[in-house]
Amino acid sequence: MHNYTIAELVKGLQSKQFSSVELTQHFLARIRQFNDQYNAVITVTEDQALQVAQLADQRLATGSAPALCGVPLLHKDIFCTKGVRTSCGSKMLDNFIPPYNATVVENFEQTGAVMLGKTNMDEFAMGSSNETSFYGPVKNPWATDCVPGGSSGGSAAAVAGRLAPGATATDTGGSIRQPAALCGISGLKPTYGRVSRWGMIAFASSLDQAGPMARTAEDCALLLNCMASFDDKDSTCVDREVPDYSASLNKPVKGLRIGIPKEYFSEGLHPGTEAAVKKALTDLEAQGVELVEISLPNSDLSVPAYYVIAPAEASANLSRFDGVKYGYRCENPKDLQDMYCRTRSEGFGEEVQRRILIGTYCLSAGYYDAYYGKAQQVRQLIEQDFVKAFADVDLIVGPTCPSPAFKFGAKGDDPVAMYLEDIYTIATNLAGLPGMSVPCGMVEGKPVGLQIIGNYFDEARMLNLAHQFQQVTDWHTQAPEGIL
Amino acid sequence: MNWETVIGLEVHVQLATKTKIFSAASTSFGAEPNTQACAIDLAMPGTLPVLNEQAVHYAVMFGLAIDAEIGQVSVFERKNYFYPDLPKGYQTTQLEKPIVGRGAVGIQLADGSTKSIRIHHAHLEEDAGKSVHEGDLPLGSSGVDLNRAGTPLIEIVSEPDMRSIEEAVAFAKKLHSIVTSIGICDGEMSQGSMRFDVNVSVRPMGSTELGTRTETKNLNSFKFMEEAIEKEVERQIDVIEDGGTIRQETRLYNGDTKVAKAMRSKEEANDYRYFPCPDLLPVIVSDDTIEALRRALPELPDARQARFVTQYALSLYDAGVLSSDASIASFFETVANSCGNPKLAANWAMGELSAALNNAGLGFADSPVSAEQLAEMIARIVDSSISGKMAKQVFEAMWQGEGNVDDIIDAKGLKQVSDSGALEKIVTDVLEANPAMVEDFVSSDENKRKKKLGGFMGQIMKVSKGQANPQQVNQILLQKLNELL
Repeated sequence: MHNYTIAELVKGLQSKQFSSVELTQHFLARIRQFNDQYNAVITVTEDQALQVAQLADQRLATGSAPALCGVPLLHKDIFCTKGVRTSCGSKMLDNFIPPYNATVVENFEQTGAVMLGKTNMDEFAMGSSNETSFYGPVKNPWATDCVPGGSSGGSAAAVAGRLAPGATATDTGGSIRQPAALCGISGLKPTYGRVSRWGMIAFASSLDQAGPMARTAEDCALLLNCMASFDDKDSTCVDREVPDYSASLNKPVKGLRIGIPKEYFSEGLHPGTEAAVKKALTDLEAQGVELVEISLPNSDLSVPAYYVIAPAEASANLSRFDGVKYGYRCENPKDLQDMYCRTRSEGFGEEVQRRILIGTYCLSAGYYDAYYGKAQQVRQLIEQDFVKAFADVDLIVGPTCPSPAFKFGAKGDDPVAMYLEDIYTIATNLAGLPGMSVPCGMVEGKPVGLQIIGNYFDEARMLNLAHQFQQVTDWHTQAPEGIL
Repeated sequence: MNWETVIGLEVHVQLATKTKIFSAASTSFGAEPNTQACAIDLAMPGTLPVLNEQAVHYAVMFGLAIDAEIGQVSVFERKNYFYPDLPKGYQTTQLEKPIVGRGAVGIQLADGSTKSIRIHHAHLEEDAGKSVHEGDLPLGSSGVDLNRAGTPLIEIVSEPDMRSIEEAVAFAKKLHSIVTSIGICDGEMSQGSMRFDVNVSVRPMGSTELGTRTETKNLNSFKFMEEAIEKEVERQIDVIEDGGTIRQETRLYNGDTKVAKAMRSKEEANDYRYFPCPDLLPVIVSDDTIEALRRALPELPDARQARFVTQYALSLYDAGVLSSDASIASFFETVANSCGNPKLAANWAMGELSAALNNAGLGFADSPVSAEQLAEMIARIVDSSISGKMAKQVFEAMWQGEGNVDDIIDAKGLKQVSDSGALEKIVTDVLEANPAMVEDFVSSDENKRKKKLGGFMGQIMKVSKGQANPQQVNQILLQKLNELL
């Protein structure tokens, strides 16, 4: 059952081929059996899942249940779940049980989807390898000595390892696309404002966006149909009709103009990755798309701009974790200052502290204009690059990340090398554009991701291209050894 | 040397919205700690602010009331600092693009002169909670009450245009008058609805350069503000005259103990690391909204003062006092219109009633004697049913809740005797009972007689138990005594 796609599970559930309870029990059993190897799931909500599955079966019995009713899913532990510990991968929130659901969680609950549990992640979504989690690193199912990518590494590994057919994730600089690429699955970061951020613990508010992870583009469309909604609890959420993303999957792609940014094929790109991506481009061309070389001249500025803006916002967003109201508080503080210092030094990991310090520095008097002010200007330049490009092309395609999954510790003591993992993904966050990654090849037995970037709110066209690509390739059906 | 005082004010005004600036929690005062703080106010992870439109409208109304530029695109920023009563670790406020730009407020001084105080800007922001150091708390710990966290404020920043304590107080009172008149603030100073930070410096008279200023924060009454400025001016002059220099610093003044002290110097000041809040979009106020608010703007204190002078023939001073506050003005107008005697209505509202309310710590809106009751009482003075003196007793009884005017007059037997036959009899009886006084009056020369009338009046009032109509008695008495000459 765990090799079915979500689309197939929906058919099976609606046609009573199996029940939601059976399905839920099956995936709970897989989590019990395999999670020790991957460390992908950090909270399993077994009792709640079985109750919800029972209710889903009742709804399914009426014959008028929504598409995802009864489908088991995992939520990244960044989404607040009412009554269920939401840690954000941090010691700081190891004891935090929210009294409310994130809108994303609520949307899935309404539709009758079954939450199996919560997935591991880089602490406060800060990381590209899942090594910064308080709960230990997640292992890549394709090579357990390698990282799964981050920060949504738990969700990606869980989907790749068939512990769930799909999972929610978030992407601030590549945190959906990069782990999707490294784990050989499909993942989509929607346009900023498409999915509500309410109840999603903030890392960098102007960049954070939630999206789905699944094995296929078709499944991502099904999940996004439910995730995307207008929410008046999030002032940055855009009040715009949510199209049926499944409806346009089979449109012919012939004649689509696809931009290939030359800056995404320069130094630093692994030759194996490059070869896989170029082969994918040939496959697309064979389907009738027109490839056009384009330039995104400010691409090289995206990582530096991002590492000013994201930490600046994070430094303020994480100030609320002060030991006063909830979460971790140090033992026996001798005074207020001591409580703040020790709570935050003990509660936050090294990478989170590094980013808080960077952000605080960038916003400080005398540095603001040189860092934050300049980074905002760069952000506008990057946005303009895309606006110009999309005047000429329908979609942009390139590699998701420079190389396949690396070994644990390989970039551990070099933050800049780690930050370059997101060199191809960060620009879309800065511009607020949607981007996705689909599997497009293997290098040294590890998956390679193909990135598809769309214009604002053009997720349907991205999914259309990705789905059509998956009709002529089988990378998305491959599984790590011992899984099938 | 003669010193000139230079004062600028930053005034925090709590907006009278039902709910908080970024959440749906109630803003009402006095609830049990932390019962009016929702997940957003507590800065729970993943929560997001949604701007209260009413707060924006109130801020725009203030801008219109002081004829200021309205920031049609204003931006919320985060002001970062750690304090337990600040749940997010930053205050959401405005800095570069405030909602209200430059404007001016006119003040009137006791000598009748007027002055315009420039407003630099006014911005929207959220209030913090309160630290609690008393009550049922474990030893050595403090509590936090977040009921107030997220209450909408406008902070009004003046230019350093005031040159005396009198001007500063007049300005503060004028702001109070404006914000209560347009209904954007309840004006309850004791509940912290208006709080003042005063920036004070001194300089040699005639100098055009500003001296180093200090800021005394969080004064919540006009009186404390006055005291704090007075003390600070004295302190600064002493320091300079003793050869010292003024440190730029933040100070606190305790109105109860009358002690002022330095809190932190400029060097110790926080670097607030302001930056635009990414959770909130820029606030756009359309021309249509501004025009609609302008049309609906209630009468402003200056316009009301002018109207009171013409409509009720009040002096400029009386009109100023009665128009300063929406609740006083509406109380006065109800009394004046129902009793038909604006002058008496003004005297009673500003005199007896105002004093009683002050003593009881009440506002006009909560007066135990209603405007209708006061009007009925004044009507009884006007129709000579009671004298002004009796009216004070009637007022006292109404204040104590002893009923309406006529019942009190009956119950206390206060009805004034105006029946001329009865009065004539009383006068005759008194004259007959006091032949020596009559003799003394008749034998005195003309200019001394006037003074001797008082003696007869006293006797007559005693006999009539104070109920005789004094004007009528006076007439009858004069007539009778003149007959004897």
